[in-house]
Amino acid sequence: MIQTPESEKEMSTSAQPSSLASVANAKQARTQPTQATGTGLEARGIHAWFGKNHVLANINLDFAAGSVTALIGPSGCGKSTFIRTLNRMHEFIPGAAMAGEVLLDGKEVYAPGVDVTKIRLQIGMVFQKPNPFPSMTIGENVLSGLKLAQLKVENKDELLESCLVRAGLWNEVKDRLDAHGGSLSGGQQQRLCIARALAVSPQVLLMDEPCSALDPGSTLRIEDTIRELSDSMTIVIVTHNMQQAARVSDYTAFFLSDGGPGEMIEVARTSEIFSQPKDQRTENYVTGRFG
Amino acid sequence: MTAVATPQKPWAKRPVDRIREFGFLIAAVIFAFGFVAATEMKGKLAYAFIFFVAYGVFTSTFAFISRGAPAAKDLLISTLVSLGAVLTVLPIASIFFTVLQKGLPGLHFGLLTNDMSMATSTDPIATGGILHAITGTLTLVTLALFMSVPIGILTALYLTEVKGRFAGPIRFLVQAMSGVPSIVAGLFILSAILYTITKDYSALMGALALTILMIPTIARTSEEVLLLIPNDLREAGTALGGTQWRTVAMIVLPAARSGLMTAIILGVARIAGETAPILLLTGGGDKVNPNPFSGSVGSMPYYIWKAFNAGSPEAITRAWAGLLVLMIVVLILFLAARALSNRKVSQ
Repeated sequence: MIQTPESEKEMSTSAQPSSLASVANAKQARTQPTQATGTGLEARGIHAWFGKNHVLANINLDFAAGSVTALIGPSGCGKSTFIRTLNRMHEFIPGAAMAGEVLLDGKEVYAPGVDVTKIRLQIGMVFQKPNPFPSMTIGENVLSGLKLAQLKVENKDELLESCLVRAGLWNEVKDRLDAHGGSLSGGQQQRLCIARALAVSPQVLLMDEPCSALDPGSTLRIEDTIRELSDSMTIVIVTHNMQQAARVSDYTAFFLSDGGPGEMIEVARTSEIFSQPKDQRTENYVTGRFG
Repeated sequence: MTAVATPQKPWAKRPVDRIREFGFLIAAVIFAFGFVAATEMKGKLAYAFIFFVAYGVFTSTFAFISRGAPAAKDLLISTLVSLGAVLTVLPIASIFFTVLQKGLPGLHFGLLTNDMSMATSTDPIATGGILHAITGTLTLVTLALFMSVPIGILTALYLTEVKGRFAGPIRFLVQAMSGVPSIVAGLFILSAILYTITKDYSALMGALALTILMIPTIARTSEEVLLLIPNDLREAGTALGGTQWRTVAMIVLPAARSGLMTAIILGVARIAGETAPILLLTGGGDKVNPNPFSGSVGSMPYYIWKAFNAGSPEAITRAWAGLLVLMIVVLILFLAARALSNRKVSQ
């Protein structure tokens, strides 16, 4: 894909290093000590197409290490497509195309010669619908990433326990790790999928509406999990639930499509987006006047 | 005071409805007998046909009088549908009972332990047996399985997972192949391999022809099974850092395991009773042949065909007994396939 000159120009102006720095500082102050490593994830001038359909235009967004960023906006504005470009799941769809750069710790994710499976190991993903592997037990599900990527680990039991503990599921399943993943409730299955994503120790965790199919109790459990995880990794969460965005995220980005490709209207601290948004459309959306 | 509720079914048929239905049934039976007796018609089918027509006319006339035209149409159609169901089941049941009736006298203790090498077609039923035919069929099926299962499942994987450039033509060819008459597969192996290369009957030759017939069944059924596996699972595997091959091998295939077993069993059932290529390629020996790669070998269809051709009463009884055994084997395979496919993928 060829970068258009306009988008390059916009790209250079829209990056906000000063606010990013304050993000990192705020995060450090809030959670001492942070374990998140690296410089985080940066998206530069991301466009996406499905066939001839231009679905996403010129998204520039930085995710500081250890931050939680919520992506909000009406359905069909390209939020899910955007996070799928970050871990190269976008190319999984036939007819998909993209332009722009994604940098993980300053390294281009789409550079030629990059091992795409390594990228997906570093940038994990939790899907909208819980999708535990049906042929595997709970324990095997958690450790399935290691087998899929052929990674060796010293102490499997320890890893299994720590992943399930961090996903907030350990107490509910510790006595039945040999049961099938399908025997869990929807909320438990989703936490199992989070545990599965954690087992390969990603730096970044992308969550595509992880709570949309869940009841309020399970949703709160997963939000607790997100807050605990945010100390050790960068989290990007797509959500239609604005209270959820307000509860879990440090930053919020508002996406919108007015019939054409989806665009990012505004990104700021979550408190600012919800209290004093700069753009009228953002205000209309967060106050429920449309969308 | 609280009323105690008793469970009721206000939508169920009342006794008066049942009595009326039974009355129509009796009337239709009497009418059928009378009609057949009064006219030139003969045979069981005539009774059944007139009975169905009469029952449909009686009930729908009553419905027309009491509830109007739509109700009458409804009843008429449901009578026709039942007729269709009966017409489907009748021949199958008839075949089953005929085979059972004629095959049972041919069963004896030595049937599964002796072969026909020391018995001729006019010997009493108690001599000889079908050991050579059963071992031959097992050899044929096993060889065909070893060849067709990998090819069939790999073809299905190409169509559903790789989705390569040739997926369209290959899908078309596989569908066309499932319509290939078995005699064509037999003649192909006969002219291409048996006459030119091996110049000898063998189980392998028969199995090659059976493989041609079995691959499309396995490939098509496996493709349908693999298409049922939700794409979410493939995405989840890929998002966890698995290559496509590891995702398919570790997640997609295990999730489809019971469906793939069904595909294989359906393939076996397709070929277990296949006769034409067997007649051309295996030689149909009467002795157990332990070498699958050379020499004449018997099999169940060949045994049945040979016994019917011999023509003596004993031989014909042997043929029916062979049919019975073959039918039971195929039936068991179908039941196994159904049991396996009913076991849902736990989700």
